[in-house]
Formats: sequence, structure tokens, C-alpha cells
Amino acid sequence: MSYLRIAGQFIVILALFVAVAAFSDWPVYRHTPRGSAVVVLTFVHGAERKSECRRLTTEEIQKLPPNMRRVQECPRGRRPVYVELDLAGKTIFQASLPPTGIAGDGPSKVYERFVVPAGSYDIAARMRDTPRTDGFDHERRATVTLTADQLFVIDFRTESGEFLFR
Amino acid sequence: MISAIRSVLRHGFELIERPFERLFGPALNPLSQLGALGFFFFWVVAVSGIYLFIFFDTGIERAYESVEYISRNHWFHAGVMRSLHRYASDLLVVMVTVHLLRQFAYDQYRGVRWYSWFTGLPIIWLLYGSGITGYWLVWDRLAQYVAVTTSELLDRLPIFGEPIARNFISTGTLSSRFFTLMVFMHIAVPLFLLFLMWIHILRISRPKVNPPRALAAMMLFALIGVSVWKPALSQGHVDLAKAPAEVGLDWFYLPLYPLTEIWSRGSVWAFLGAFSLMIGLMPWLPPLRRVRAAQVDLSHCNGCARCAEDCPYEAIRMVGRTDSLPFPTQAQVNSALCVSCGICVGACPSSTPFRRSEELKTGIDLPDYDLKTLRERTIEAAAALSGPGRVLVFACEHGGGRQFGGAVRLPCVAMAPPSLFDFVLSRDLADGVVIAGCAQSACFNRLGVEWTKERIAGTRDPYLRARVPRERIAMIWASALEPRRVVAEIAMFAKEIAKIPRQKLRAPQTSTAPAQSGYDRALTEIGGVR
Repeated sequence: MSYLRIAGQFIVILALFVAVAAFSDWPVYRHTPRGSAVVVLTFVHGAERKSECRRLTTEEIQKLPPNMRRVQECPRGRRPVYVELDLAGKTIFQASLPPTGIAGDGPSKVYERFVVPAGSYDIAARMRDTPRTDGFDHERRATVTLTADQLFVIDFRTESGEFLFR
Repeated sequence: MISAIRSVLRHGFELIERPFERLFGPALNPLSQLGALGFFFFWVVAVSGIYLFIFFDTGIERAYESVEYISRNHWFHAGVMRSLHRYASDLLVVMVTVHLLRQFAYDQYRGVRWYSWFTGLPIIWLLYGSGITGYWLVWDRLAQYVAVTTSELLDRLPIFGEPIARNFISTGTLSSRFFTLMVFMHIAVPLFLLFLMWIHILRISRPKVNPPRALAAMMLFALIGVSVWKPALSQGHVDLAKAPAEVGLDWFYLPLYPLTEIWSRGSVWAFLGAFSLMIGLMPWLPPLRRVRAAQVDLSHCNGCARCAEDCPYEAIRMVGRTDSLPFPTQAQVNSALCVSCGICVGACPSSTPFRRSEELKTGIDLPDYDLKTLRERTIEAAAALSGPGRVLVFACEHGGGRQFGGAVRLPCVAMAPPSLFDFVLSRDLADGVVIAGCAQSACFNRLGVEWTKERIAGTRDPYLRARVPRERIAMIWASALEPRRVVAEIAMFAKEIAKIPRQKLRAPQTSTAPAQSGYDRALTEIGGVR
């Protein structure tokens, strides 16, 4: 095999590899517009049970197998969590988050991302996790200044029962 | 619709294969070594990965620093290894993609080939799983983007309790154990990938898992050259307080990630599911119309195993003798694996058209196109030849000679036993023989071209007898796109043949011909050659 032919083969392979190396990190991808920030609303929180525990009657207890007798029946299912998020006076997200799990007894969860232009905003997060039909059980308002590319997280702490802005 | 796409793709491949074959030659043509090159790049990735693991720290703070240390302080060995790891992974994707497209273009995925096609599907998923987990480990801004986007995609599936993406909203939510898990996955997934690669080639006879050394050496040198010229580098430390707005994406592994911004995550999953379903069902869209599988005629089979040796599909195996003939084994055809290419017919030493039996029979034959029919068609085609330079063409139905008028068409040129060419020339049926097969690096039946060349050259059993003048035999390897070249080369050969004076061949074989084996002699004694 002539050296020229080998050189030709090597050049073809090298050209292919150079193309592969180039596309391994180019062209650069910008997934949010320049000068924008990202607001993430995320939490995992279980609402109250659908109904209160009920005391079983003597007849009902008698009907149960001896090893499974109990005095109370507590339904597992949870209520959905209702949440709203306002940004600059406008509601950008509202949802009734169903409980997780096959029996619907797990916590509700949310993870939503919003890309907004950088700037100063009035932010309000509200949540309802009890049987009430109007008003909210938890609410937090704040004015925040979002810088370009900032990741602003709105979380909820179940232990303290309050929204967390960071 | 599918056949139209296939036809366009095949056209494209045949256009680029010819110059590649000219430059590299059939043996080194990378397009005919895609599977082997896939294995080669996998091993480069594995070796470089093991080397990098020596330096890698799985701590949440130390992961990025350790990779930076590799790339900056030890760029001349570990840094180069990192680049080899990255680019060989990318090349693995390229090889897999082109391999898949080529198999589709040449219709080498239906019929019995469904198995290799189908098992290739999980390979694609695992390949991407391996690559994506690898990008997380670097823990730079690209890793953050990949981690968040992958988590968001996974969270769309109703299988995770808590959104995984919550792990990446602040530093406190992530622990070093996360990196231990990712390292485990980045090792376990490729190991499983290797296992599936083995499953993928299980039903292939003589699978090419190692490229020729010269090609491998060139690939390795080029890979090292590119790694030194453009080292793979990190894209800045993760900052979970900031969105990784701008990243240098690896477009081989992450081309779908931008789609999550355009489409919904559910749509991306739907697309992936539809793509996988389509790939998985393709061998049956529509199913390949199958002709009947090869059949063994025990009264003519001496158990020599040449058919089993030459079958490209592992469709023949040798089993214990079930009749009274004094041979230990006999051939057995697995009809589920047989594609009726006829290569076994060409390999059988009993396949000789010189036999004078009333009904020409051989040890293994195609029920729909038997040796007797082949001899009849040969004689018929030869009878139509006239004038000086009578050339009889044996053409593969997948190659450039398939539409040549007057040619004897075969499912594969290796179906023609070498004695058939001897028969044509010694009986003066023609002045020359042309064997027109597929392009050398794109043989439809994988090994037909190779076996034919070796049989004619006398390096593979059954040999073409030494008495047959080789100048009267021409082999033309051309793709279906090159019928003009085939016609031109046949015409040129016919001109050459016309110049050679007609010469009747000597009947007995010369002393230089390979000796008959014991089995052959035994078969002859039993009455194989009558």
C-alpha cells in the first residue's frame, strides 16, 4: 500500500474525527433567553386526610376478624393541595395537586419552571391543604429582584408550614 | 413508504461507499466495519474510563476539582484519556447510527435478521444511558443542565414519588452519595450494554468484533491527535443558585434535550416511545417474503461440515448421523435461521454439475432453486451466446449485474460451486465466465464475496480446480447502483477473451489440484459421483 494512499485514508478518518470533536460541544445551546431568570415552584406536601377518623360501633368491631379488630377507622386518602402563584400581580400558576400513591394517600407534589425577564417582581404563593373551600391556609408575599440567569426557588416546608423563597 | 425511504438511503450509501472502497480497499473500508468499529470504540471508552476512575473523586465538592486536576495538571496523560473517553463515546454513537441506517438501507434487518435488529434497540437506550450518566459525573454547568433536564424528563413518568429535579434546586439537597450512585450507574449500565452487544451478535456467524489492525491503528492515532488538538474540558463549576442558561451541548448524546423546551416533556417521551416501537416493529413492516429453507439430502451428505462452516447465519449445525451411512455427522438446517442464500450449496463438495445422474442432486440444496435448475439455466443461458468472446455471467440478485441481460441470476454468487465454472469452460459452453457479485464491502449475505474469492483463488474448500484457466474468469464486485460499470467491465473482458485462442481443457485434473479428502473419496465410492 502506498504511503500516499495511507495518508489519504488517515486524512479522511481525521476529518471525520475533527467533525465529531467539534459537534461534541458546539454549537452552544442557550435554553433560556438572554437576560432572563428562572422561577421554580416546587414542593412535596401532604394535605389533610379526606375525612376524620371514625369510632367503629360494637357491631362493626365484632364483624372484624379477631386479629384485626380496632376501635377507629381512619380513611387513608388525602385531599388535593390547591396552590396559586402570582408574579407581578398576575396569577401564572394555579393547580389542584392530587395526592400521590395508588390509594391516594401520598403527598402532593409539584415542580414547575417559569422563565421570566430579569427584574423586580412582587411574588405571592398561596396554598390550601384543608377542607376549606375559600381562602388559603398558607401564604407568603415578597418583592424580589431577579438577576439574569438566577434560579429563584419557591419551596414549602411542611414542618413549619410556610413557603420558602430563596 | 418504508421501501421508498430504504431505496433513497441505499442510493446514498452506495454513492459514498464506492469512493470509500476505492480509497480504503474492501478490507479496510470503515463502512463495512461499522459493527467492529463500534466494539473498538467501546473498548477505547472502557480502558480510558478505568484510567480516569483512578483520579476521579466521588465527593460532591471534589468531583469537579478532580476532573479539573485531570484536565489541567495532568493533561498529557489523564487529560488525553478524558478526551479519548469523550470522543470515542461520541464515535460509538456515530457508528451505531450509521450501522443502523446501513442495515436498514440494505434491507438487512428483516427475516431471520430480525433478532440482531431487535436486540440493537436496547443497545441504543443503554448507550444513551451510559453517556448521560457520564456527563453528570463531571459536575460542571453542562452536568447541571443534563441533571436538571433528565430529572424533569424522568419526573414526567408516574413512577417517582418525589420529583428528582428537587435534588438540584440547592446545594444542601445533594450529598456525596449521589455521586457514588452515579458512578455505580456509569459502570453498571455500560457493563449491561456490553452484555447486550454480545446478545446482539449471538446469531451471526463469524461476527466482526475487531476491525483490521491497520484500520484500528489509524483510528486510534486520529483519536489521540484530535484529543491533543481539542481536549475535552469542563464548562465551569456547578452553581445551583443559577440556571445553566448557556451550555456547549454534546449533540451526539443530547440532541433531544433542547426539544424539552419546545415540546412538552410528555411529547418527548411519546416521541421516544414511538421511535422505539417503530424500530422494534420494523422487521415485520412488512415481513420479508421467505423462500423455502435449504434442505439436506442425506444420501449425498458425507458430513464434511463445509456448509456449516460457510453459512453466514449459523443456520446449519452438524449433528450425529441418523442414517446407515458410515459418517459420524450430518448437516442439519435450522429453517428459522436460513435465508436461502445458497452459500451452502456452493460449499457442498457434492454440488458438481458434472454428475451424470438422471436427476442432479447434491448434499444440501435449495428447494426453490436447486442445483439441477441452476445447471439447466446455465446451459440455457450459454446456448444464447454466440460469436467470439462468449461470456457467461453469473450475477448476484443484489449486485450491479442483476439486470444484465442473459445472466444467470443467483441469490448470492457463492451459491455457484466452483465446479460450475469449470463445467462451463471445460464443456465449451462459453469462452469466459464473469462472476458479478455485490460491492465487496457491502455483500448482502455478508460472506458471499469473500468465500467466492477464496474458492476461486484456491484457498477455501471447495476449490476451483487448477486446470481451469484463471484468465477466463473475471470477478466484478459492484453495487446495484453500478450496472453501467458492470456492463463496461463485461464488455472489456469479452474483448480480452476474444483474443485468447479457444482451447479445450484437459479432462483429468492436474497434480496441482487439491487432493480429494477421505470423506470425498468415501462418498465417491458410495456412489456420490456417478
